[in-house]
Amino acid sequence: MSAKLEQLCQNLQNVLGDRIVSLVTALGQVTLVVDAVDYLFVAKTLRNHPDLRFDQCIDLCGVDYSTYGGGAWQGRRFAAVSQLLSVEKNWRLRLRVFAPDDSFPVVDSLIDVWNSVNWFEREAFDLLGIMFSGHPDLRRILTDYGFIGHPFRKDFPISGYVEMQYDPVQKRVVYQPVTIEPREITPRIIREETFGGAKQNNHG
Amino acid sequence: MAEVRNFTLNFGPQHPAAHGVMRLVLELDGETVVRADPHIGLLHRATEKLAEERTWVQALPYMDRLDYTSMFINEHPFVLAVEKLLGVAIPLRGQYIRVMFDEITRIHNHLLSIGTQALDVGAMTMVLYTFREREDIADMLEAVSGARMHGAYYRPGGVYRDLPDQMPRYTQNKFKSADTVRKLNENRTGSLLDFIEDFTNRFPGYCDEYETLLTDNRIWKQRLVGVGVVTPERALQLGFTGPMLRGSGIQWDVRKKQPYEVYDRLEFDIPIGVEGDCYDRYLVRMEEMRQANRIIKQCIDWLRKNPGPVITGNYNVAPPSREKMKGNMEELIHHFKLFTEGIHVPPGEVYCGIEHAKGEFGVYMISDGANKPYRMKLRSAAYTHLSSMNEMAKGHMIADAVTIIGTMDIVFGDVDR
Repeated sequence: MSAKLEQLCQNLQNVLGDRIVSLVTALGQVTLVVDAVDYLFVAKTLRNHPDLRFDQCIDLCGVDYSTYGGGAWQGRRFAAVSQLLSVEKNWRLRLRVFAPDDSFPVVDSLIDVWNSVNWFEREAFDLLGIMFSGHPDLRRILTDYGFIGHPFRKDFPISGYVEMQYDPVQKRVVYQPVTIEPREITPRIIREETFGGAKQNNHG
Repeated sequence: MAEVRNFTLNFGPQHPAAHGVMRLVLELDGETVVRADPHIGLLHRATEKLAEERTWVQALPYMDRLDYTSMFINEHPFVLAVEKLLGVAIPLRGQYIRVMFDEITRIHNHLLSIGTQALDVGAMTMVLYTFREREDIADMLEAVSGARMHGAYYRPGGVYRDLPDQMPRYTQNKFKSADTVRKLNENRTGSLLDFIEDFTNRFPGYCDEYETLLTDNRIWKQRLVGVGVVTPERALQLGFTGPMLRGSGIQWDVRKKQPYEVYDRLEFDIPIGVEGDCYDRYLVRMEEMRQANRIIKQCIDWLRKNPGPVITGNYNVAPPSREKMKGNMEELIHHFKLFTEGIHVPPGEVYCGIEHAKGEFGVYMISDGANKPYRMKLRSAAYTHLSSMNEMAKGHMIADAVTIIGTMDIVFGDVDR
């Protein structure tokens, strides 16, 4: 771990203390996980504290962990993950918060902390159905007007439920149930680490 | 007294100045924009979801189709993310080739951006000149990957193949006389590197031509100066990156501050703006093209002197050469496993952001150890820039809305993903 990352982890420990659920450094990147209760407060601290100064939120996205590792996932289903950047300090951080309720995932909106999350949160709501409380304009953004469902959830089939075509009789575009069969050309496989006599981490 | 109401205007979804399919709902008070609400998603193809259903290498060509005006550079964060998860080392020559094509793509992108912005505000000539150069660049991309647009040239572990020794040439046919063909082939007699070098020698002259047309042009300045001003504080808050952030005077460039590949070995300058208006952003893009040209020259010099492999020799990641595959059992097995099952990427998560021509383009990748990504999130710069449309256009005239869309340099393949 480089000195810079150690410094960042140290600062995070000092400033956030026991609000940290986990703080992991892997592949040269720092991931901070916090509770949904502390989320907004932590975000504000990350932006304002002179030792952290995360002045930009580069990205925010929703993640559905329900089929992670072929169903081995134990934790909560939905998470909002944001990538933060400090232009001043020149470091990055990944902030993750799990929504406490799987059937109705809600987390706080960060729109007052970083205005750039406006459309990112709308996107996470649209595609994964994560609610952001405090967002002033949580409309769908990428899917069609009147779309039903949240397409990036793992239980949403890749082919969708409806297809669209022009109906010459009604003289308008109509929806109808999909007629294509979803097919998988290459199956999804997770090999055990010692598969075929391979040594662990043999990608040197 | 008559009731005065705001007028709501629907701009698009099919409008030449919208740079693709965007519906912009403009609320107008007279000719002044009160509220601008972009409706996007008309080109949404769920690239991220599709990638979850494909193997790591199969997902790569989707990257070209995101920002279809600057193709190769889109593949870069994707391969970087996969390489980081794998922990695989890339040959230096592969890195130089990638950087060179990143910069060629940057010129490709800025030429379109400046050309179409000028077209939007009424300067027809510009786009004709910039497309002349874009044609040369498309030829370079074709020579190296076989496709003028969607190359799928970068691969996890390096690039697909080395630079060709011979630049493809025009042949005589019933539409092209021998004389025309000779003229067309003048700078194609050597290798691809010769062709690129010839281009880099010509290109500063072209930049001067563009600047003669635009930089001091009175109409151009009237349309751009003071329009869409963003202060540095707001630029950070709104998540601006790339030329949009630098136009507001913040010296931030991922290539300099968090160098990836071989950018720390190359010399180039970062131009920044002062006022944060559309005109400054135009100047920043203009200078970035010259700097990109400088980087390409340095890459050409290095690539000439240093032959070598361009893709990793680790057969768990990259396929063995055809020759080895045909004559060797083990290589044959590797080949078969790679093309039926694909790479197995160790579990983990990684975010890789690079300095794309439009700003920071990033890929956030979660792997659960399978032969397919578990979740891929694409962070496109144009998406964030467009989300600030309301703030930038508010209070401006309706004609300035077009200038502001132009200055954001948006492409809908990129915004909608």
